[in-house]
Amino acid sequence: MSLRTTTDRLVAEVQTRLTGRTRPTLLAGAVLVIVGSLLPWLTFGGYPGQLKSPFFFGDSGVRIFTLLLSVAFLLALFALPGRRKAGIAASLGMVAITAGTFLSVLNERGGLGAFAVGIFLTGIGSVVALLGFLALPPDVEPGRWRRKPQWVELLIVSGAQLALLLVVVYALDVGTDDGARSSRIIGFFLFIIAASAAVHALGVFAGISTLYRRHRGVTIAAGSLAAAAFPFLISEVQDGSAYWIRVAASIGVFAAAAIGLNIVVGQAGLLDLGYVAFFGIGAYVAALLGNANLTTSNIDLPFYIVIVLSAVVAAILGIIIGAPTLRLRGDYLAIVTLGFGEIFRLVAQNYDKLTRGPNGISGVPNLKVGSYDFGDSHTVLGVDLPYFANYYFIELLLIAFVIIVFTRLATSRIGRAWVAIREDETAAQAMGVNTISMKLLAFAIGAFLAGGAGAINAHVATQVSPDSYTFLESVTLLAAVVLGGMGTVAGAILGSAVLIALPEKLRTFQDKRLLFYGIALILMMRFRPTGIVPNSRRKLEFDDADPTSGDAVTQEQPPSTGKAVMAQ
Amino acid sequence: MTTTAVAVERVLDAKQVVKQFGGLTAVNKVDFHIDSGEIVGLIGPNGAGKTTFFNCLTGLEEPTSGEIRYRGEILSGKPDAVVKTGLARTFQNIRLFQNMTALENVLVGRHCRTSTGPISAIFRGPKYKREEKESTAAARGWLDFVGLSRIEGELAKNLPYGDQRRLEIARALATDPGLLLLDEPTAGMNPIETAQAMALVNSIRDAGLPVIVIEHDMKFIFNLCDRVAVLVQGQLLVEGSPAEVQSDHRVIEAYLGAPVE
Repeated sequence: MSLRTTTDRLVAEVQTRLTGRTRPTLLAGAVLVIVGSLLPWLTFGGYPGQLKSPFFFGDSGVRIFTLLLSVAFLLALFALPGRRKAGIAASLGMVAITAGTFLSVLNERGGLGAFAVGIFLTGIGSVVALLGFLALPPDVEPGRWRRKPQWVELLIVSGAQLALLLVVVYALDVGTDDGARSSRIIGFFLFIIAASAAVHALGVFAGISTLYRRHRGVTIAAGSLAAAAFPFLISEVQDGSAYWIRVAASIGVFAAAAIGLNIVVGQAGLLDLGYVAFFGIGAYVAALLGNANLTTSNIDLPFYIVIVLSAVVAAILGIIIGAPTLRLRGDYLAIVTLGFGEIFRLVAQNYDKLTRGPNGISGVPNLKVGSYDFGDSHTVLGVDLPYFANYYFIELLLIAFVIIVFTRLATSRIGRAWVAIREDETAAQAMGVNTISMKLLAFAIGAFLAGGAGAINAHVATQVSPDSYTFLESVTLLAAVVLGGMGTVAGAILGSAVLIALPEKLRTFQDKRLLFYGIALILMMRFRPTGIVPNSRRKLEFDDADPTSGDAVTQEQPPSTGKAVMAQ
Repeated sequence: MTTTAVAVERVLDAKQVVKQFGGLTAVNKVDFHIDSGEIVGLIGPNGAGKTTFFNCLTGLEEPTSGEIRYRGEILSGKPDAVVKTGLARTFQNIRLFQNMTALENVLVGRHCRTSTGPISAIFRGPKYKREEKESTAAARGWLDFVGLSRIEGELAKNLPYGDQRRLEIARALATDPGLLLLDEPTAGMNPIETAQAMALVNSIRDAGLPVIVIEHDMKFIFNLCDRVAVLVQGQLLVEGSPAEVQSDHRVIEAYLGAPVE
């Protein structure tokens, strides 16, 4: 409370001092930052890697980010709506980057001798800019985007996907091959946070998502192309290293399962804490029927049959588990599903005759479709793709299928019944929805999709064992759904990507890795409780609950309608 | 008033309905019926068991004993089965699906009259297309009927109070009921909204749908109802025309207490 009043008073003070002088202040700040970013920050120039701090130092790596941010806020100066928030976000980001660099180098070198003039110019410039932006009058509501010519809109829609792809590739690549790894990574993360906050405040994301809705076909096509282009790009950038493609292959399976869970949790509102069991059942079925080396069965069925069987077995088990338990609501259901997850794990661990107990079934062979061996690397369009790329592509197909199931059910009477159950189960029943069978259907479809994803996972991981399907995995899946945005497909995919890629990216920080991971999750939920890609419905829910949240509600209805209703 | 002579049919017939919660008898041997074309009011002081009786009729509570017949058939089972048979209701405290749009709320009402399965929904089969088209048309029709078609895209929770009440009625009507049960449709409304609600209930009856209504607003009850039943402490105290009930000293006592001798 006192912190808030103190900052309020400071802001008011800044505003009174700077009235009428904001524009020169901002320009001065921008010039200082840009000049400072072009000059060296440290006297020992290009050898920051000799410093041992695991955190923050470096020169060449970080300056580019402050430079980009300053360009961003110069742009913000001329974009009218939302510029105060955007400018504050951008300049706060620059303050954080320079201050972090300054403090860690100071700590490392024990004095000011290491610093060159650039860092001071940038630091002062960003503080000046911050003050200038604070002194601006509050933002007016971000305006709606006017309609642009068709080709411009299509260009924006596909350009946004391309930009996302490039940012992802850069994010994965950054810091892998220079001495100042961690400084660049942290600098980049701060940059991404500040830049996306600034862009968000300018209403760009809202505008783009409107365009996405308007041009769905092009959006989907561009998105699929970007996803398919990813292995080629990362392969080129990383000189053929398979590392990130391997990570992407785990993300693909995980994302498919997360979308399935999103039907259960996001749409029908059933908190399932044992969802990974269905994933595991699919994997075990696929391993048992897929001619593994160390196994208890001798069956070798073609994969397209195996994947269907895995999904069906998981769905049947889902119905068997669901039929008695789905009469429960809320917390009770969560506890029962938690128990089911544990039962599955313990059975897998102890029923040696079928599952080979804790050893699991290993040596699951690579997939072979016709003469195409998924275990070989292939050269496509002159790019050497490691063999994990094969799995990545088949997962893209699986995800496409899952997305179709998800979205088409969502816009049918079944999807409406699910949302009604989530909103008010008693009312749904009193309006004629057979809640038990609809909940069972959600459960079974979720299990079906998880079983299919599990079947692919058995081949990607080449082995299945009970420790791959622990409670923690269920929680991570659930976290992916919540973090990404309940009830949206893009949310589940992005959530999975962040939850799996982030710990990999943070490996540079070794023992502090999980600390950063946890902090990142907490911050994301604090500042974006609706998830990365919020469902428009849920977004409204949360914005109502939290009047202090700064997000401008983008109403889909023309505002005049709402007013007419209220006036009536 | 419609003058066409239609054979009067017993729509709902409840006999000796009892509902006990532990030692408390909330509804005690209530006989109640409604015929086609009627609006019947159910009144009584707070805690008289009106809503519990409603819940018994609509399957939300299972009566301890007694028999409820709808057009001759014994009603039993879960609320969703009861809705399918033809009883639709609204709630005393509005229970809309807050984060669905007005149109979606009404479409949920169509759920029990449609049967598209997941396969047809996923592959956008002919059945899906036909039912979706019919449901949307029907839902829009009911929104129009209650006067809400202009706000079909608004989230239910963003609607003003009176509109929420009307939306709940539209949602109930979308289930194609043979009998409508309204639980305090004018609670919390201002006089203008109450008048609008009265007109709406009247037009529902004119459309041929019998209505049972729980209400505290006596003007509403006596202007609208063909018959009024008074429930006091779980028991049916009086039943009769509005004028009879209005002048019955037992009703006055139940509300105001007996005069001191």
